[in-house]
Amino acid sequence: MLKLEGVSGGYGAVQVLRGFSLEVPPGQVTCLMGRNGAGKTSALRAIMGQLRLSAGSITLNGQALHSLPAEEVPKTGIGYVPQGRRLFGPLSVQENLTIGLMTRRRGADQLERVLTLFPRLRERLTQRASTLSGGEQQMLAIGRALCLEPSVLLLDEPSEGLQPSMVALIRETVLRLKAEGVATLLVEQRAETVLALADQVAFVSAGAVAEVFARESLTKDHPAFGRWVGI
Amino acid sequence: MFDPYFLLALLEGTVTAAILALTAVGLSLVFGVMRVVNVAHGEFLMLGAVVAWYVATFVPGPPLMTWAAALVIAPLVVGGVAALADRLVLRRLNYEAEGTIVATIGLMYILQQAVLTGFGPGARAVEPPFDWMIDTPWFGYSGYKLAVVGLAALVLGAVWLFMTRSRAGLVMRATQIDRDMARAFGINVDRVYALVFALGAGLAALAAVLLVPVQQAHYLMGHDPMLMAFTVVIIGGLGSVRGTLIAALLIGLSDGVISFYWSPLLAKILATLFVALVLVFRPQGLFGERA
Repeated sequence: MLKLEGVSGGYGAVQVLRGFSLEVPPGQVTCLMGRNGAGKTSALRAIMGQLRLSAGSITLNGQALHSLPAEEVPKTGIGYVPQGRRLFGPLSVQENLTIGLMTRRRGADQLERVLTLFPRLRERLTQRASTLSGGEQQMLAIGRALCLEPSVLLLDEPSEGLQPSMVALIRETVLRLKAEGVATLLVEQRAETVLALADQVAFVSAGAVAEVFARESLTKDHPAFGRWVGI
Repeated sequence: MFDPYFLLALLEGTVTAAILALTAVGLSLVFGVMRVVNVAHGEFLMLGAVVAWYVATFVPGPPLMTWAAALVIAPLVVGGVAALADRLVLRRLNYEAEGTIVATIGLMYILQQAVLTGFGPGARAVEPPFDWMIDTPWFGYSGYKLAVVGLAALVLGAVWLFMTRSRAGLVMRATQIDRDMARAFGINVDRVYALVFALGAGLAALAAVLLVPVQQAHYLMGHDPMLMAFTVVIIGGLGSVRGTLIAALLIGLSDGVISFYWSPLLAKILATLFVALVLVFRPQGLFGERA
């Protein structure tokens, strides 16, 4: 279980998280929704140790993540797909995946699993990451994170700017990972994607979780979407 | 009509280019990966020359053997000093751009004054490891200088292979591209920075060991190579190793030819003018990518 309790922090003097609390159960999909600047991306960055905390704690199965150096966080089993993908653009697809595999012992097995999940990447192994299409770049970003064999996957708006077929592929991938027992914390703006994937939905506002709903209690016209997201 | 002096000027230029390339590649690596403008880079070269003199003087054996020992010892000692400076100074400044410039200026003076105190103000010569002459129909040329070119090419090739083929090189390139994402994949960025800073300094020290048999060790000898290295790195494109190598060849050869036919001062003036033109018309350098 990934748990954030009363997390506050930000960039320099600017506080972007103000008492952010959330539980991400194992093997489930938790979606974060909220307006721009609400603190969704900052919450993921805080988990990855990339945001200075002033209060609160972040734990994974009881292990404190907030006191670890940022480079130790992925070794606990957390994979991160940031907004905008942030691939190592000048490096090849193979090299990007190799970076993902660096913390793993069984690298070859995991690489094979990723290439089976995204066969398109196998055809592009020697190509520079920056020359891939948007959809292929997203596959690589997810594949690179999966190379870590994560028990928790953080996905920040993975379907942003992608064509419908790629969005469908990403949804399929998230469900497949869920079936394998991987917990996903997904930042997403599209209500239909959230309703198709989520086990629980947390609405974020002003740097904190404002409301949490189980999937069963949400419909597309639920007032929470209008209240916290504006859709 | 063929002018043998032109060939001689080209040979001298190639030797300059080889030394310059080794020095500038270290500077370029440090800037490329760490975004640190290392003003003390020339002092690492000077320190390498001083260590080479100590090794040549105090290690028993023929000149070839002591010189070979200096090739190993000087980069290790200077790389160690650089790693220590990274740990004690640069890391504490969080590698912040302005702070590290000021800090490396301070480091430059500390190294200079430390060497002045321990080594003295005099210039000291290191005997060449061998004194073969290569005879051409027009002039004889130092076999050692040609060996310097060959060795520098070998080392630069090794650096190229290290950066493009090795796991450590891949980690360095990933850190150069995006240090936060490198951390998100378990890369210890602080350790990478220490390694890069040590590698950059070690390359400067290696250049110094090649240089001391033709130019004496002296506590102020780092100044000119540092300016030349900055010239090369700016022309080639900050952080671009390929650009640095090409610019080193360009500046080295033009320095050789212009110095030979006109004057060394004119060569420096033209190189500086070229830097100014690059900064005005192509600030990212000839081979650098626009930020």
